[in-house]
Amino acid sequence: MAGMRTLEELLKLAPDLYDITVFGAEPHPNYNRVLLSPVLAGEQTLQEIVLNDLDWYRRNGITLHLGKRITAIDRIKRIVHAEDGTSAEYDRLLLATGSKPVLLPIPGMKLPGVLTYRDIADTEGMIAAAARHKNAVVIGGGLLGLEAANGLKQRGMDVTVVHRGEWLMERQLDRAASRLLQQSLERKGLKFRLATQTVKLVAGESGRVAAVRFRDGGSAAAELVVVAAGIRPNIELAEKAGLHCSPGRPGGIVVSDTLQTHDPRIYAVGECASHRDTTYGLVAPLFDMAAVCANHLAFHGIGRYTGSQISTRLKVTGIDLFSAGDFRGGDGSEDITLSDPVRGIYKKLVIRDDKLVGSVLYGDTADGPYYFNLLREGRKVGDLRDRLMFGDAMRKDAAEPAAAH
Amino acid sequence: MSEVHSTCCYCGVGCGVIIDRRDGRITGVRGDPEHPANFGRLCGKGQTLHETVGGHGRALFPELRHDRAAPRARVSWDAALDHVADRFATIIRQHGPDAVAFYVSGQLLTEDYYAFNKLARALVGTNNIDSNSRLCMSSAVAGYKATLGADAPPACYEDIDHAGCILIAGSNAAWAHPVLFRRIEDAKAKNPDLKIIVVDPRRTATAEIADLHLAIQPGTDVALFHGMLNALLRENLADAGYIEAHTRGFDALETLARGYSPESVAETCGIAADELLTAARWFGNARAALSLYCMGLNQSSAGADKNAALINLHLATGHIGRPGAGPFSLTGQPNAMGGRETGAMANLLIGHRDLDDAADRAEVARLWDVPEIPARPGKTAVEMFEALRRGDIRAVWIACTNPAQSLPAQNAVRDALANAELVVLQDILADTETAPYADVLLPAAGWGEKEGTVTNSERRISRVRAAVAASGEARPDWRIACDFAMRLERRLHGRASSRFAFDHPERIFDEYREMTRGRDTDITGLDYAALDAGGPQQWPCTAGAREGTPRLYENGVFPTADGRARFAAVPYRPVAEAVDARFPFRLNTGRLRDQWHGMTRSGRVARLWAHAPEPAVALNPADLARRGLRAGDILRLESRRGALHVAATADAGVAPGQAFLPMHWGSRYLSGAGVNALTLPVTDPRSFQPELKHCAIRLAKAALPWRLVAFGTPRDGDALARLAQVRAWLPRFEFASCTLTADAGGVLLRAAAGAAPAAGVLEAIHALFELDGGDVLQYADPARGNFRRIRLDGERVAAACLAGDGSSEPWLREFHAQGLPAAALGAMLLAPTARAPAGMASRGRIICSCHGVGETAIVGSLGAAAGDAAARLGAAQQQLLCGTQCGSCLPELRKLAAAAVAAA
Repeated sequence: MAGMRTLEELLKLAPDLYDITVFGAEPHPNYNRVLLSPVLAGEQTLQEIVLNDLDWYRRNGITLHLGKRITAIDRIKRIVHAEDGTSAEYDRLLLATGSKPVLLPIPGMKLPGVLTYRDIADTEGMIAAAARHKNAVVIGGGLLGLEAANGLKQRGMDVTVVHRGEWLMERQLDRAASRLLQQSLERKGLKFRLATQTVKLVAGESGRVAAVRFRDGGSAAAELVVVAAGIRPNIELAEKAGLHCSPGRPGGIVVSDTLQTHDPRIYAVGECASHRDTTYGLVAPLFDMAAVCANHLAFHGIGRYTGSQISTRLKVTGIDLFSAGDFRGGDGSEDITLSDPVRGIYKKLVIRDDKLVGSVLYGDTADGPYYFNLLREGRKVGDLRDRLMFGDAMRKDAAEPAAAH
Repeated sequence: MSEVHSTCCYCGVGCGVIIDRRDGRITGVRGDPEHPANFGRLCGKGQTLHETVGGHGRALFPELRHDRAAPRARVSWDAALDHVADRFATIIRQHGPDAVAFYVSGQLLTEDYYAFNKLARALVGTNNIDSNSRLCMSSAVAGYKATLGADAPPACYEDIDHAGCILIAGSNAAWAHPVLFRRIEDAKAKNPDLKIIVVDPRRTATAEIADLHLAIQPGTDVALFHGMLNALLRENLADAGYIEAHTRGFDALETLARGYSPESVAETCGIAADELLTAARWFGNARAALSLYCMGLNQSSAGADKNAALINLHLATGHIGRPGAGPFSLTGQPNAMGGRETGAMANLLIGHRDLDDAADRAEVARLWDVPEIPARPGKTAVEMFEALRRGDIRAVWIACTNPAQSLPAQNAVRDALANAELVVLQDILADTETAPYADVLLPAAGWGEKEGTVTNSERRISRVRAAVAASGEARPDWRIACDFAMRLERRLHGRASSRFAFDHPERIFDEYREMTRGRDTDITGLDYAALDAGGPQQWPCTAGAREGTPRLYENGVFPTADGRARFAAVPYRPVAEAVDARFPFRLNTGRLRDQWHGMTRSGRVARLWAHAPEPAVALNPADLARRGLRAGDILRLESRRGALHVAATADAGVAPGQAFLPMHWGSRYLSGAGVNALTLPVTDPRSFQPELKHCAIRLAKAALPWRLVAFGTPRDGDALARLAQVRAWLPRFEFASCTLTADAGGVLLRAAAGAAPAAGVLEAIHALFELDGGDVLQYADPARGNFRRIRLDGERVAAACLAGDGSSEPWLREFHAQGLPAAALGAMLLAPTARAPAGMASRGRIICSCHGVGETAIVGSLGAAAGDAAARLGAAQQQLLCGTQCGSCLPELRKLAAAAVAAA
């Protein structure tokens, strides 16, 4: 997505500057990965989530190689080589290799019926399994895991989410919001085992996975196990090409504020890139990067990427959840909270140095964009503070003084 | 269902009531159409009497503690009375009879009063028995005695119908005596020529009916009355014939009055000389002039003089002893008169006898068959508590009154109670301000539960009848006094036969009646049977008389040695505590329309809170503006004796430089020691009545930035029980008040402090209002100290707590009060906006408590109507029913109607 978005931006700026060739490892034109969950839940079809169909590539004069994985970059000759021997020369190379799922270092990860959740193939695998099997275990109570679990439940499976953390989505939610989320999901029929570590995936008689075993000795039946325990930037190709990658975890191809790697002819955008020691796994930063990268590729040279504020929404029908920025707070930050347990609404705003730095919204996310804008603008919110929680609508009231009483 | 005829137990008007009862419970109260005090009318307080009988806070069984630090424990009546008798006997033996004291009440029935009086003087042998009437009517007593020769109000209610001029001085009768005031309104309507003069520093609801309002400076009444006399003499309006035939001492008064020219008096009083002259002319020219007066004259260090100076005017003009004429003191309590008649005040003896008179003492001793009545003067209320504080009095028995609320200089009074060796409290309630100081609590039967008689302002004796059994183990006051007396007799005298072996209040009444024989209060023509058959009667009612005496002194013969009334040549003395640069405001106290005294009873009725929902000090709007204050600000009021915090309210009726604080607010509703933390214990040298009506204070906006308001309807519906729990938190805050909400059966707590309270306080308050459950809307911004919680009950707001920013309080309160559908607003209910969410109009201040009609609707209706004020008022009454029940709000309605005409 990040790569194609960059091309779209570039074509707007300088449609004729480059001859463009695109290699994709998957056999599909680029699609909106974010919408795989609605596809899994049966709410959308694959056709609906394709972003640029083949015709778009043709119209823009782009050479498209589908199902061809690039295996090597010859930086001296400026040629890329694909698995099948296809190659292409470049003046500029854009890496958008994305990320890959983290696999668990436990026995049974290779068993039939054990999937990750990353692409159309995974999605199709889950849809197929749901049609034939009853019990599913999703390992990982983060965004992806919960979306997968919800999709499988929608498809009639009996789903248990196993999560190592003490509460769901701990990277996006505080405990209070997480609790509401869990309650909503439980009402949808999902089951949860929190603070639980998986130690083994056990095969059944057919050789297919049949159960998941936990550290506490318990186990759960599962003919389908979806591992959604996180993602890692896909830097294999870049490392092989000798491009500087971040040494720590999760790693990532180190890029400058113009999204250039240490080889200035080579750019990297999206989940594979490590910018200022940060990697992003959400869509909005990718678009921010794409805009800057395209600008630079078009020789405009005026854009700089300085990092993104990120926001998350969970794509589970009937659950409104929004998380942005640093919602954890901590030293020097001040929390404002609101809850309406009757309607299942919880909101938290985190303020530091008189600026909104984080927000968690549950149950009513209508003001998510308003907060996200404030967050990105980094404006002082002192004058808005007391009304901030009540959103965009109340902002208009802010000018009027409180009446005497 | 059956009904019982009785008498209202609030003010001295003494309205007859019909109590409806069913299954041993009082279910309702109606005005008794046959009763001559009210002819079926009742005010808002009287209409809700039945709601005061039961519920949380009633004293239900005797309680006792041996150790001040321990809580009282329930004991049997025998254990309680034996304990008290032992202690009293020991103290009397060791320290003499004057080491004990009885502090009783104008709310006791005549029979109760009699029993206590006999107990103190005939058994204990002390004159240390005084009544809270000391705070109320003792200046009237002294005024009558100094001029007319006896403590007898000469006029009657019917005189209102015959008067050509009514001078209302120091009385807000529209609020304090509403049913009587209806009669004044009727008289004015029937006779538009009737001139009504109101003398009051405040422009009260009563002043609204006045043809002339003399807004004198506080305490200048004597100067005013002398000035009027000066004018009457100047204009030849005095009745020389009457003066000559029936009075004595006019020359001295005339000499004195020459020094009070209308011009100089006008300056002293802060009024125009023309106004004074008009008042004098109306009074002098009237075919009959009637004066009605109350605490404005009495509660003063010159109270006796004020009373006497006003009576001077009647004697000088002959406006006395005729229909429509006379000085007429209005009593504040239902049986202040009965207390005066039975001599249950330190300086009085039974049957209007005088303690100072050896012959009177000997006669009483003879009638009671005791060797003597002690001559040593007893301690009057203020003195009594000073003596208690010094330790001269060691044990005090308090019956049916609440000195830790009502006496001036509360800090000293509370020290006295805390220092006492023994405090016995006999009351219907266990939650008064005084209750925490009691070592022994004796539960008394209340209104509707006891039998006896009361005397109202016009000397009319009415029966009080029981409709239901007493609550819990409560007993009638007379019986408690007698049960104790019999125990004390055995301990002091080893006597087996008793002077207190009464088995029914009627026996007490009969004994008392004999003691009036030949006195001006002679009621030898009355007994219970006669009262039952002939209805309420006015004393004197001598043996053989068919009925009582409506009017006294018709023959011009007064109960003095020579039969002549005395003029009182008393010079004007200013208030006891002048304002100065350090204490520049004059504090005036008085009543609210729908509350009574310390609110121990009226405060239990939710709808009586509608008219004045929270404690407030009223200031002139100009004073507020000048000091940069706004209505709603929390002020710190400070006198030389104490301080309190209370919210400010604007009232153009309060003169600049003055402040008005209702007398009702005590520690049960306000943090601190209440209004009387400020007031002055200086008393009148003759009546010993303290100057509760005036003291010098300073005021400033309190530096209490942290604010909280919490209100809600308890889930269990027991608002009184919840109020008691909330009350326990008042002392935790520099400013706090707790109240019942008039609607929705709720309780409200408002607090302010210099800083946010310790962790846990807010949580505790949330728990108190049941805002700690999983179903509560919450907003929290701890860094800013803003915490808001709301509990919904279905569609309605059931409870809310706003700490910090409380800008949404007004409309949230309306949602709560009116039960408006709120759930749809969801989290917006937590928004800090002063503007109500769309679709909700405020009812405004409740004007008509009976029908719950607010100012908004009334103003709307008056504005939409056509014609003059009366026509508009009629239209509004037809539409909204406001002011059609008890009528107490009519003065305010008329004011609004006049404003509507002016605006049209």
